Amino acid sequence: MPEQSERPQSERPQTDRAMIEIRKVTRSYGAFKALDDATLTIREGEFFSLLGPSGCGKTTLLRMIAGFDNPTSGSISVGGQSMEGIPANRRPTNMVFQSYAIFPHLNVEQNVAYGLKRLRLGAVEEKRRVEEALAQVSLTGLGKRLATELSGGQRQRVALARALVMRPKVLLLDEPLSALDKKLREQMQVELRRLQQAVGITFVLVTHDQYEALAMSDRIAVMFGGKIAQVASPKEIYQRPVNRQVADFLGGMNFVKAEIVEENTASLVVDTLGFGRVRTDKPKAFVRNGGSATLGIRPERLRVLWDNATAKFEVAGKVVERHYFGEITHLIVEIPGLEKPLSVTETNDFGADDIPVGTSIRLGYDPEALVAMAD
Amino acid sequence: MTAAAEGQPVFGMTRARRNALLQSESVQGFALISPTFLYALILLVLPILVVFAHSFWTQDYLTTDHTFTLENYRIALTEPIYRDLLWRSLYISLTVSFFTVILAYPIAYFISFHGGRHKSLWLFLITIPFWTSYLLRVMSWKVILGYNGVLNSGLMGLGIIDEPSTALLYNSSAVIITLTHAWAAFAILPIFVSLEKVDRTLVEAATDLGDGPLRSFLRVTLPLSAPGVLSAALIVMIPTVGDYVTPKLVGGKDGVMIANAIQAQFGKASNWPLGAALSVTTMLVVSLMAGATVLIIRALQRLAR
Repeated sequence: MPEQSERPQSERPQTDRAMIEIRKVTRSYGAFKALDDATLTIREGEFFSLLGPSGCGKTTLLRMIAGFDNPTSGSISVGGQSMEGIPANRRPTNMVFQSYAIFPHLNVEQNVAYGLKRLRLGAVEEKRRVEEALAQVSLTGLGKRLATELSGGQRQRVALARALVMRPKVLLLDEPLSALDKKLREQMQVELRRLQQAVGITFVLVTHDQYEALAMSDRIAVMFGGKIAQVASPKEIYQRPVNRQVADFLGGMNFVKAEIVEENTASLVVDTLGFGRVRTDKPKAFVRNGGSATLGIRPERLRVLWDNATAKFEVAGKVVERHYFGEITHLIVEIPGLEKPLSVTETNDFGADDIPVGTSIRLGYDPEALVAMAD
Repeated sequence: MTAAAEGQPVFGMTRARRNALLQSESVQGFALISPTFLYALILLVLPILVVFAHSFWTQDYLTTDHTFTLENYRIALTEPIYRDLLWRSLYISLTVSFFTVILAYPIAYFISFHGGRHKSLWLFLITIPFWTSYLLRVMSWKVILGYNGVLNSGLMGLGIIDEPSTALLYNSSAVIITLTHAWAAFAILPIFVSLEKVDRTLVEAATDLGDGPLRSFLRVTLPLSAPGVLSAALIVMIPTVGDYVTPKLVGGKDGVMIANAIQAQFGKASNWPLGAALSVTTMLVVSLMAGATVLIIRALQRLAR
């Protein structure tokens, strides 16, 4: 690998410098476009996620960055260097595979040292780097174990150590947590994030799990059908999705039909049946499509108003369904005038789990929580 | 395991214990293999014991003297003719298995890694030679390698040689060529199976960690397919030591192998005890050689790390 940077660990560069530049990349298989004209910049030191349902092109894109696949058209550069014609084994990237791809005929140490062997560092330096990498993933002392003697979580750590020990410019992670059980997965999310902060390497994660992407990333690209729908911070993606598809993929969202009354550069005024006339911020990517739009509100941004409590903005309706989920209760509330009932999630500390079906209730909301999307 | 194995008398068992015994996995397993096991016992183990017993006896014309003697082994191990034949058989079988594996590996690799959708078609094509009898295949090599054979005519037609070469047929090289061809499919299949089991992402991982195509092959694909190479080598080596049809048909005077001598002792020479001693000696040597092959390939596999 040319120019493997020896970056001191104390430095924490989350700069604005581009690490990966993907320009107008298309990958077609016959008439089918796995990736369609994707343009994207991933910054140095960033934890970046490619999020989308299966078949959206996220893995194709990752494999093209790694060099296992080549764009039909367009260009990819890593660290300012064009990757065209550079085979996977000479790219400054390393990958953590979905299946971990631990070499079964080698033990943990030999697996981690696999890529170092070719660099001819000498036995002492090689051992030091292997130990260091094993320590980074909390596997110290397991070096002599065979790959077959490891648990799923340990195998994943070996795969991580094996890639990190190469000190790549970019670490690519292909759904690394999907094979782990829920508890371990949540623990590894925190650890991966911590590890990325510590080593300061650019991480590119492919996942179909929106919570995983939200929890770990600095920025997320949401992809559908080979196209990049939105690139933004987790908060922005969650709170200000550019369209219904993105909103829907990132968790529950209530959609309300709206008529545009007034549009100017920064805001929109719309008329809705349930929520009345609403003024909202106009999203950056909003392009008007006729006279109507869609207004969205997340279920947790609606709150039940108990007894005589009031809110500045409220809607009234009737509970038609109630679903209990332990720490939260999911209420389906019919609002007169709305074609679809609203989903409301309420924490169970005030007794939302005891509201009988059929009760008339009032829901309070913050107009900030209403987001306008083009139809 | 079972009650019987714990040393308790079978008659003393209660009904419940007997039922438990009948349902135990090992008993069911034994029941399943028993037809094959009995068949092998009667037709394989017993004859081997008979041969083994004969090797310690002596024969005088038609009567067999049952007194124990090691004379046959002395002859088998010290007579230069038998020693030479045994060495030649080992040399031929080792050479054949070496070349068969070397030639079979690329074919198996191609089918496994680049066969695409046509893998089964390729495997099917490999079995085609087996649609004819083994004798016919050996005879066709006679046609190819013979004095007026295909190879000689071809070489003469090209002007490479002036008169037909007699070096092609009726020697040990002819035996090696014929056997290598005859056993190719038996080597391709086990290697193919072991290559199929190699996870392709492992090769990708090796590439990702900096290995070019050759290095990733030597460090990942080859070590992981070593079990297939090992079984291919053994599958070819063990039966070829004892082959006697091929040397008889294409070997001539210089291609005679130990099995031909054994056959002669049991047949024309009608000295069963010596034939038996030669058989037992060959069996032991083949076992040692097979064991050595296992150890060598294991050691190579470890070296690849």
